[in-house]
Amino acid sequence: MSRTEPSDRPGPSDRPVPDTLLTARGIEKSFGENHVLRGVDLEVRRGEVVALIGASGSGKTTVLRSLNGLETPDAGMVEFNGGPAVDFGAQAAAATGGWGVRREGARQAKADRAALRDRSAMVFQHHNLFPHRTVLDNVIEGPTQVKRIPRATAVGRAEELLARVGLADKRDAYPHELSGGQQQRVGIVRALALEPDLLLFDEPTSALDPELVGEVLSVMKELADEGWTMVVVTHELQFARQVADEVLFLDGGVVVERGAPAQIFSDPAEERTRRFLDRILHPLD
Amino acid sequence: MDWQLVADSFWPLLRGGLVGTIPLALASFAIGLVLALVVALLRLSPNRMLSWIGRAYVSLIRGTPLLVQLFIIFYGLPQLGVRFDPWPAAIIAFSMNVGGYAAEVIRAAILSVPKGQWEAGWTVGMSPVRTLRRIVLPQAARVSVPPLSNTFISLVKDTSLATVILVTEMFRKAQEIAAFSNEFMVVYTEAALIYWMFCTVLATGQNAIEKRLDRYVAH
Ligand SMILES: Nc1ncnc2c1ncn2[C@@H]1O[C@H](COP(=O)(O)OP(=O)(O)OP(=O)(O)O)[C@@H](O)[C@H]1O
Ligand SMILES: [Mg+2]
Repeated sequence: MSRTEPSDRPGPSDRPVPDTLLTARGIEKSFGENHVLRGVDLEVRRGEVVALIGASGSGKTTVLRSLNGLETPDAGMVEFNGGPAVDFGAQAAAATGGWGVRREGARQAKADRAALRDRSAMVFQHHNLFPHRTVLDNVIEGPTQVKRIPRATAVGRAEELLARVGLADKRDAYPHELSGGQQQRVGIVRALALEPDLLLFDEPTSALDPELVGEVLSVMKELADEGWTMVVVTHELQFARQVADEVLFLDGGVVVERGAPAQIFSDPAEERTRRFLDRILHPLD
Repeated sequence: MDWQLVADSFWPLLRGGLVGTIPLALASFAIGLVLALVVALLRLSPNRMLSWIGRAYVSLIRGTPLLVQLFIIFYGLPQLGVRFDPWPAAIIAFSMNVGGYAAEVIRAAILSVPKGQWEAGWTVGMSPVRTLRRIVLPQAARVSVPPLSNTFISLVKDTSLATVILVTEMFRKAQEIAAFSNEFMVVYTEAALIYWMFCTVLATGQNAIEKRLDRYVAH
């Protein structure tokens, strides 16, 4: 499961690789009248774990989905080291132009979306495994269908990854035959099998029974220790505190506060952060 | 009751069913399903023009009698210089009809697959077309087996209408035998029983298919 070097990525290989993997600036997004994101900045360095916390509806999922093309922001930009660099403001502007501009803009937007998507992999809140495929087929779907890796190679790697998360004996099971924790671990393996530069997690444990949360978090912790770059939306403050290198608190469509977990959790600078943490840590007070 | 007539007419009727009714239904259903998938995708298209075409097609097919559709294709089109033999005319009419009805079934089945499946397909690197083919349609297929079986069973019975455009299927055989023997009650009842037999066998087949596909669907 060790990281493969991204040497096959386009980009200047003679310069030392800069530290930053991903930069997002000024991300804005409205759903109708609902102005959800009002200029979110985000920077993720290689090998770093960034935790996104915030109240329900604060836009955490929308930020995450803006990073892999599942959501198209109205403005702002997302740039990966080595490409792509996507300017959503320019996309939005092209969409209001003449017919030729719109058509070229739509073509560019489609290419941008796919290019963003190709740098990362996502673990969903509700795993979203393919129910009609076995565990193994779920894992090798991307590698064999999209990356054209020979089936035997892909199966070998999938089996290795499944063994790493303790699911070697489940390779031929269907998703509905697994527990929630096992399903989510398969979801993680499916993401790892794509060998992405960035792993995106959207509250991967919030749909699980409490006793199943630990097995998923411990896999994620191992990944962090191995040096995977991760952006994790989570309500598990304990996990964020132990594993994250940086915590971002999102509220009202902006990042209200960011910093090392020790600082955010023990000594938040902002009143809003303090209130949010209080509500989560002392829900009955 | 003329048991001799019942016995004598059984084989010609059954044969009419096996070489007329069933092949006609099977061919029309196969072609109709392909058409239905196309129409369903048109309806689901974000392009308003395409989606309008899909909707108009479904509306026309469902809003007009099958018998009239048959007449237009077999008796009407020749006046515009388009002439079909009875069999092709029947297959065209029935396929187009299945295309309209099954399109709605397929559309609903595609919409019933959770959005998260499309998104998961996207994040593992698949194009929307590939996701549709490998992820969404197989799941939609399971959902659409019961309603599509109903469409097929209706079609088997509806093929009796083809007798009016001179296709020799089971009901046309029944009409010939009845006219010849004057035993309308006996012969038509016998034909009805054979239709019923066909449909019962099909319903059993439907159950078997559902069971098979159930294997991997969450309960
Ligand atoms: N596709 C959509 N259409 C309309 N509104 C949406 C859509 N997706 C999100 N929203 C709205 O955007 C806001 C932010 O949603 P988002 O899912 O990003 O929040 P979140 O921080 O992830 O919340 P939660 O903790 O509940 O998952 C919410 O008000 C939500 O209703
Ligand atoms: Mg969310």
